[in-house]
Amino acid sequence: MSLEIPVISIKDLNFSYSDNPVLENVNLKIDRGELASIVGPNGGGKTTLLKLILGLLKPGQGTIEVFGTTPVKARRKIGYMPQHAQLDPQFPISVLEVVLTGRIDQCGKGLNGSFPRTATAQAKAALAEVGMADFTQKHFNRLSGGQRQRVLIARALCSEPELLLLDEPTSNIDPRSEENLYETLARLNQKMTILLVSHDLGFVSHFVKSVICVNHEVVIHPTSRINGTIIKEIYGGDFDLIRHDHRCGPSGHSHYDPFSGDHEPLNLKGKS
Amino acid sequence: MMDFFRALADPNNLFLRQTLLVGLFSSVTFGIIGTYVISRRISYLAGAVSHSVLGGIGAVIWLKTVFALEWLDPLYGALLAALLSAFIIARFGSGTMKKREEVMIGATWAIGMAVGIIFMDMTPGYFDITSYLFGDILLVSGRDLKLIIALDTVIILFFYRFYHIITAICFDEEFARLRGLKVDLFYQLLLGLTAVSVVLMIRVVGIVMVIAMLTLPAATAALYARTLSGMMGLAILFSSIAIVGGLSISYSANLSCGPIIIVCAGVIYFFLAALKRNKNLY
Repeated sequence: MSLEIPVISIKDLNFSYSDNPVLENVNLKIDRGELASIVGPNGGGKTTLLKLILGLLKPGQGTIEVFGTTPVKARRKIGYMPQHAQLDPQFPISVLEVVLTGRIDQCGKGLNGSFPRTATAQAKAALAEVGMADFTQKHFNRLSGGQRQRVLIARALCSEPELLLLDEPTSNIDPRSEENLYETLARLNQKMTILLVSHDLGFVSHFVKSVICVNHEVVIHPTSRINGTIIKEIYGGDFDLIRHDHRCGPSGHSHYDPFSGDHEPLNLKGKS
Repeated sequence: MMDFFRALADPNNLFLRQTLLVGLFSSVTFGIIGTYVISRRISYLAGAVSHSVLGGIGAVIWLKTVFALEWLDPLYGALLAALLSAFIIARFGSGTMKKREEVMIGATWAIGMAVGIIFMDMTPGYFDITSYLFGDILLVSGRDLKLIIALDTVIILFFYRFYHIITAICFDEEFARLRGLKVDLFYQLLLGLTAVSVVLMIRVVGIVMVIAMLTLPAATAALYARTLSGMMGLAILFSSIAIVGGLSISYSANLSCGPIIIVCAGVIYFFLAALKRNKNLY
């Protein structure tokens, strides 16, 4: 085993909103270079876990270390993309300005409050990284949902983070943009550790290395071992397992039986 | 309306020119602070701050009369009440109480006014509070003009120096905090600046209507602006149009100017908002 400090290390964590326990007895270790997805039902504590890692919430019991230190001290190394639905859609701001807020820590310290040129260059590079280079001067609220997601990812990338946290990056975007997005993330994963929240387990399991299941408790599965039983455990109800047994992959045409083998792609539709 | 501009050109009419200057300098405050108020969605907070000012004014009038403290100026009481109420709402209306912020706003709004009226009841003699409630730009003194210019200067310097930081905080407060910005400090500073602006602007349009001038021009500007600075510039322009228009109409029609200025700002807003409305929507 390597002696490298894990990117995230959570020990015996409990968290509740007043009397309502959200996370119980969580132990989690994320190593450098990981590409993991947090999945789980609504109200299971996915976003709460993310906010604890960011130091926006304090654990009730237990410890969280990020890069071997407290979440608050580690923030400089973290890039974060919130759900864009929480932002004011009317706010007057250009795409470049949005991305630059990722480098607000470099904003002039003296009498001049402007950004150094390096920050603007970084912002433009981050926009190019997510394929939004042509939209620099566009008005943020004129963009589509998927384009806004990309801009917010660029904002998170702008500060050159070592850990990228994405909250529902695939909500309200079409399947093709979603596929593009995962390709971008796979490329970025060569440089940084990535943790994303998604409710779309079936799709995500092609791309991520492990799945972190959050439903009050936290369990990690390597993607190769996701099957119907585990999914039932996570979501705790009856689900349709939609067979994706008609697949064209690099290895040609293949068929899977979701209930027998390892590594079958699944889609989930909750019934309850 | 033309007689207003003719009177303005009259070299003997210094008074009217000063009034116009007050209006134009006030527009700078209305435009910049209004943009902050609108983009941060704190217009009701500004309303509570402005109404609670009556409590401070009442207390000062009472102290001044009962204890013969001639040096006391209602302005001091107004400032104290505004800062206090802004602080109370910011302190107790945030964090876990955030969902109850509107209760805190309503309570401060009502208690402030009630305290003011109680003090005035306790004070011997009769007071006309109409000029506080509805303001009168014609009564604004040379000292007030200097204070308004000083306030404009502070606001412009502050927003110039911290423009990007303020943009980041207004756009996404949580993210700004994660990038290491002192979000709470800026929130308090900006709230303090808003409170001081409300107090000085009460002299121009009064307690009841200051909220209108802090929201209408900025909301009109928001229909067109693409950046926060553009919104500030446009808001200053719309505010100036409303004030100059209101002054000239009230001069010609011999009506009190505060309400006319507000009606002008409101008509501009509703007219342009209606023009701007997406015609493909039902």
